[in-house]
Amino acid sequence: MSDRTESGASEGVAGRNLPTLELHVPEPKFRPGDSVDFSHFDIPAADATARPDEAVQPAQIRDLAYGLIRVLDEDGGAVGQWNPNLPPETLLRMLRAMALTRAFDARMFRAQRQGKTSFYMKSTGEEAVSIGAALALARDDMCFPSYRQQGILIARDWPIIDMMNQIYSNTGDRLKGRQLPIMYSAREAGFFSISGNLTTQYPQAVGWAMASAAKGDTRIAATWCGEGSTAEGDFHSACTFASVYRAPVIMNIVNNQWAISSFSGFAGAEATTFAARAVGYGIAGLRVDGNDVLAVYAATRWAADRARSNAGPTLIEHFTYRVEGHSTSDDPSAYRSAEESSLWPLGDPIARLKQHCIRLGIWDEERHAAMDKELAEMVRDAAREAEKNGILGHGLHHPMESLFEDVFEEMPWHLKEQQQQMLDEWKAAGL
Amino acid sequence: MNMIQAINSALDVMMERDAQVVVMGEDVGYFGGVFRATAGLQQKYGKNRVFDTPITECGIIGVAVGMGAYGLRPVPEIQFADYIYPALDQLVSEAARLRYRSAGEFIAPMTVRSPFGGGIFGGQTHSQSPEGIFTHVSGVKTVIPATPYDAKGLLIAAIEDNDPTIFFEPKRIYNGPFDGHYDTPAKSWAGHPDAQVPAGYYRIPLGQARTVRAGEALTILCYGTMVHVVENTVAAMGLDAEIVDLRTLVPLDIEAIEASVKKTGRCLIVHEATRTSGFGAELSALVQERCFYHLEAPIERVTGFDTPYPHSLEWAYFPGPVRIREAIAKIMKD
Repeated sequence: MSDRTESGASEGVAGRNLPTLELHVPEPKFRPGDSVDFSHFDIPAADATARPDEAVQPAQIRDLAYGLIRVLDEDGGAVGQWNPNLPPETLLRMLRAMALTRAFDARMFRAQRQGKTSFYMKSTGEEAVSIGAALALARDDMCFPSYRQQGILIARDWPIIDMMNQIYSNTGDRLKGRQLPIMYSAREAGFFSISGNLTTQYPQAVGWAMASAAKGDTRIAATWCGEGSTAEGDFHSACTFASVYRAPVIMNIVNNQWAISSFSGFAGAEATTFAARAVGYGIAGLRVDGNDVLAVYAATRWAADRARSNAGPTLIEHFTYRVEGHSTSDDPSAYRSAEESSLWPLGDPIARLKQHCIRLGIWDEERHAAMDKELAEMVRDAAREAEKNGILGHGLHHPMESLFEDVFEEMPWHLKEQQQQMLDEWKAAGL
Repeated sequence: MNMIQAINSALDVMMERDAQVVVMGEDVGYFGGVFRATAGLQQKYGKNRVFDTPITECGIIGVAVGMGAYGLRPVPEIQFADYIYPALDQLVSEAARLRYRSAGEFIAPMTVRSPFGGGIFGGQTHSQSPEGIFTHVSGVKTVIPATPYDAKGLLIAAIEDNDPTIFFEPKRIYNGPFDGHYDTPAKSWAGHPDAQVPAGYYRIPLGQARTVRAGEALTILCYGTMVHVVENTVAAMGLDAEIVDLRTLVPLDIEAIEASVKKTGRCLIVHEATRTSGFGAELSALVQERCFYHLEAPIERVTGFDTPYPHSLEWAYFPGPVRIREAIAKIMKD
């Protein structure tokens, strides 16, 4: 090593007959101003993928981790072995839940822009991931979501006014104004408290599923994370636990291509698929067209049936696209081509299901337009109702002393002292 | 019973009483734990309730959070407290805050057992005392027993508690009390009054300190292994000191501390953890805030140094009798 020390970094390997090493730093295909060409995408035909038995050994379905399960074809038909053949009322329920999620997002995004709350995150373009899964799971299965699965609550008919109260951190907020907007918790809806720290919910979901199995329960758990946060250690710990104990859990990776401004390449997407993470753990891995709600439903149902029959966990990559910014604090035009979202080759999940329903003769453009209008009004009315409980920073919030509640089951002396001190200080200040 | 047997007995009692109690961790199942604290439990309660885990501390604690949310009462073991750092995010950001962030909808009623502290030639990765990290975190309780009797009663209380609790076991005194003299033969708990451990259920409430020895000359606040080192040093000096074993750092028995310091007018704090921002700093501030006009001398601290824990120089690092004696002399001089 002494020659390296002497020669210095810039001269490097001068005199040594070795190739110089190079660091590969991934770069997305398109940046702002670039025109977009997705022709390199390998999109299999909707009916191309075979559906194996739910009890199959993971090693026998490795190809499913590299393919793309699809049901809806380019003409709005539902085809192939994965077609769940859902009745019309379920299809229309899916359509409505996706449209309501989009209307909710639009309204709450605007509320943030109007200064009514601090922060918001839309799920535009990814609605199928949450809605398809929620309808495929049982109502009492426990979901451990990330921050872009508001569609689960909506699909489970959770009152949107309750969600809005949380976003406004007002007197009606069940979380007493403690959490960042959209970090819901709704135990009754099987919706676990959302953390701001990424992928921590993954081992927690596995633990919940293990507990359910150990107690001889019938309920399963499902969890979601983004493709970027599969790099977190928790993800890999969770996969190990899930594999070792064959936990009845569904682990979803929402690959929406962008983790704030970092494209999926920084989580390893250039080397393999995210569904292929399952292969090394001996877990069943499925890669799904995340903009095809029927494919999401079918894959989730397959994984749920697998879990319920003690055949083990499933990891599902939902291949989708984050149409909007990461959050209200983000500006995607600063790092990606403006054409990307409109040219996304897998289309828009709502438009695709709408087309399917129209083709089946159970829906039409007029009814769709009327539904959109009705949902927008419903969301507007709910928002007005929620605003009566207060908006962020305008005085209507939980009592100040509630700040000290729920740290422990019983308040210890030091918190009681601090609580009293705070109240005394405010009183002395004449407030 | 020695301390390991007392801990094993507490787990046995609680698993018998409450079907929701599960024990998990690296090597805790078939083998019964590297310190044997979980010996026999898997044979008695089955693999659904006592099981080995993969070597991923963040996974162990994360899974325990999910189990707690389900309704179980997990007792995960982290094999050495030095290995708790990979699990820190799950403990600090998740377990400790779940009740608060969900306004009580979800809780993580877990008791994390972990052998901690030095004095066993464990080097920098088998000797640390990270309790100060957890006392700094809102929403988690920190418990440290100093005797077999306390270990069982406090562990039972911790398992019954609905808040996440870190239960640090001073491994230097697992098999016998330690007087701080590393070159004398190891002692056994046999015959020690604090090793008289009832076989059945009893609990010691969290948040109640124990007066090890009543006295008038000065108050010494300590916990874990240091209780015995302090006790022995004071006895050798023939000093009428009051020794308070804190037993739980959060919740802290502030009344016992305040009453003792106001009585004696002098205060020494002894712990193994590093000095800067250690729990001794908090104790010192509390005593200063509450007992300032009763103090006749500045508060002193004897602690580990602000270095990583050394191997061959362990006995220079360890806050042993020499350093305690010097600190006492300094306090008593004023």
